[in-house]
Amino acid sequence: MIRPGAHEIRMGVLAALGFAAIACLPLFDDGYYLSLAVNIVMYVALCTAWTLFSGPTHYISLATAAFFGIGTYTVGIGIETMPFGALLAIACVLSGFVAALVGLATLRLSGVYFVIFTLGLAELVRQVVTWVQTNFTTGIGLYVFTEFTEKHIFWMLLGLTAVIYLTGWAINRSRLGFAMRIIGNDETVAAHVGIDTARAKVLLFIVSGAFIGIIGAILAPRFAYIEPPSAFNPMISFQVVIMALLGGTRRLWGPLVGVIPFTIVFDAVSAQFPNHTSILMGLAFLAVVYLIPNGITGWIEALVAKLKGGEAAPARKTRWIA
Amino acid sequence: MEILVTGVLLSGTYALIALGLTLQYGVARIMNLATGETLVAACFGAFWFFSALHINPVASLFLVAPIAFVVNWFIYALLLRPLVNRAKNRGMLEVDSILATFGLMFLFQGLMLLGFGGEYFSYSFLAEPFDIFGSPFGLNRVVAFVAAVVIAIALYVFLTHTRYGTAIRAVAVDPVSAGLVAINVARASAFAFALGGALTAAAGGLLSTFYTFNASMGVVFTMKALIIVIMGGVGDVRGAVLAALILGVAETTVASLIDPGLTLAATYFLFIVTLLFRPQGIYGKKQA
Amino acid sequence: MNAALQLAGLPSSGTAPILTVEAARKVFGGLVAVNDLSFDVLPGELIGLIGPNGSGKTTMLNLISGALKPTAGTISLDDRRISGAPPHVIARSGIARTFQLVRVLPSLTVEENVIAGAVFGHMRLWGGDAKDFAHSLLARVGLVGRADMPTTALTYIDQKRLELARALAGDPRVLLLDEWLAGLNPSELQIGIELIGALREEGRTIVMVEHVMDAIRSLCDRCVVMNTGTKIAEGAVGDVLSDPEVIRAYLGDSDA
Repeated sequence: MIRPGAHEIRMGVLAALGFAAIACLPLFDDGYYLSLAVNIVMYVALCTAWTLFSGPTHYISLATAAFFGIGTYTVGIGIETMPFGALLAIACVLSGFVAALVGLATLRLSGVYFVIFTLGLAELVRQVVTWVQTNFTTGIGLYVFTEFTEKHIFWMLLGLTAVIYLTGWAINRSRLGFAMRIIGNDETVAAHVGIDTARAKVLLFIVSGAFIGIIGAILAPRFAYIEPPSAFNPMISFQVVIMALLGGTRRLWGPLVGVIPFTIVFDAVSAQFPNHTSILMGLAFLAVVYLIPNGITGWIEALVAKLKGGEAAPARKTRWIA
Repeated sequence: MEILVTGVLLSGTYALIALGLTLQYGVARIMNLATGETLVAACFGAFWFFSALHINPVASLFLVAPIAFVVNWFIYALLLRPLVNRAKNRGMLEVDSILATFGLMFLFQGLMLLGFGGEYFSYSFLAEPFDIFGSPFGLNRVVAFVAAVVIAIALYVFLTHTRYGTAIRAVAVDPVSAGLVAINVARASAFAFALGGALTAAAGGLLSTFYTFNASMGVVFTMKALIIVIMGGVGDVRGAVLAALILGVAETTVASLIDPGLTLAATYFLFIVTLLFRPQGIYGKKQA
Repeated sequence: MNAALQLAGLPSSGTAPILTVEAARKVFGGLVAVNDLSFDVLPGELIGLIGPNGSGKTTMLNLISGALKPTAGTISLDDRRISGAPPHVIARSGIARTFQLVRVLPSLTVEENVIAGAVFGHMRLWGGDAKDFAHSLLARVGLVGRADMPTTALTYIDQKRLELARALAGDPRVLLLDEWLAGLNPSELQIGIELIGALREEGRTIVMVEHVMDAIRSLCDRCVVMNTGTKIAEGAVGDVLSDPEVIRAYLGDSDA
């Protein structure tokens, strides 16, 4: 592990202050704005967790809804018998386990297979859960009654987001993070310098999936009533992809830049014109491909580099401390 | 036996969708994730021709398929060729085309939702029993199957016995070498993409005669088509047909013996087995 | 079998080979790219793997590095079988390589490119140690002061030097060079030959696929000559290059 430099310590302090300031929000409002804030923090957490894996590997994962639903269902099933903290841990382990299985089956192969597999994963888990519930239990829905209100969920999500950022930061500075950058550049070279590329990818996918599972678990009390179609809603997967790509996946904080405007716009559109959300998603995907392939952050970086003097920005230098 | 026949009848339509996709991915190198939306659009097309203009759905294939051909040609020329041109390698093109076709998927789905709403549609065409091995089957299913077989055979003959078909197969094997022997790769790719769209649309027209459809069901068929293509081996016509048969029968078996809610689980089981044991597909060659 | 091969094929130096290739075979569909090829490499030796274009040299190198798995046959490093293992396992056991078409990691700096070679091999260097080691290797290949540059700013020969430094960063027991000298101009070629010569002086074991005859003559201890996948000659450079069958393979049969 490399010791953090002065610049990083400063950034860390600033980030901590920022988190503290945001954590005060429920003191001022616990209506519409808090609800919107929960949505935003949820998507920031989801998109950042998604980017942990998909950013460096360029594999487009659509498994978010599956992990999220596994988390939600863990809480739904266990809330009567177990403390909430234990359920978060179980959600983490379960979704990490599913991520390991999916990763082992598909990550050795080309990216297309992975996309296709994850595309149907949420639907697959949903079918299995529905089938088990209708055939072996009394009913389809599950009630989740807890003491938690919107602001508790907000604080838990915010805390988890901080953990995700810290994890991402630690990974970037570790051998695993360096290995991922090499894999992203040239997988053949990566294997020939001794990197077990499949293991590195599966490991990262597990970390990403486990976080998403915890997010789903935290959100369960908000739903109060859990049904397979709402817990395994495939739209979540797509929204996470589009927001993360809009923001840009080259930086850990890139998705944040995409989430905030998109969540607000999407909320507004689905309230005013509920039939137009698909079109909005479609246009957003096309915009990412044709207009801003590196996301908003990538676009801003390129712009800044241009303004600074014509030449392309030199490759980012990792801070190695001797 | 009844299950087997139902499965085989269903697989005819599946095979057509998969053939369309395998042409688009195998030749034009575009993994078209909006293929299900093409199918659904064709369902609505056939429905409209039948209910508004009283045109027989089998006859309207001759309208639906050419329209799909033209539309897909434009999609390829305007939206996808720029991606092919800017991609530095296969991986970049794959990511770009996946994202772009996701965009198209949502866009088409949104437009169809606006036009037709989220309700289920169906119409009655040849809804009379037809006996096979002593059991009655919907005549519309039988007609759809026969039409699918005819179209598939026509495609096979075109690809293997005509000059242009051979050129398309050459592009599928190696676009660079195909260019070197004076094949217009860009045109062949556009043609293959458009032809793939037309096949998928034909499948949609046939499907609408016996299937209840709605604007947002496309992605389910995209999944099925993708799995068939991968099972059969990308770009392989025989493989796609065989895989479609396996999938159709497996689905019907699971639906009638265990639970209709588990058809996707059955599909996925086949998919996982393929990925674990034969990722190159039934007829595919092992990658070096 | 192993002992017999050694007796037959090697000068009687008495040292055990570091790398043993035994009847390695690679078939692509109907094409036999490497046809039951056997040779040994002694510690500190520089072996040239030569032959006309398409004779299977690079495929042979790919079999050793694990980029391809042999259809049949055995490849061992220090009597440990490495054939069939995935490339990262082979790399960790002590084999590093450069590529025929130079492969630098474009979005990493020059320094990071070298460090990439040192982190995951048997040395497992990290942090300051890795950085110091990378700087010493950059100096070794003649890239002093370029550490923080983006790789896109390097010339072709400098990219080749960088790739060599990355391979050396793993401190390999055997170094595989795939036409490392190809595409260099005459003065660069001289520098390149001297650099490889200096590596040999250090005691590095090297297998190099090469077309540049000057380099083969001045550098190689021994040569293995391949034609259409088969070994047609093996031995000291002078002997091998005057072998009639080798001349025929390169120039065609004038009697026909």
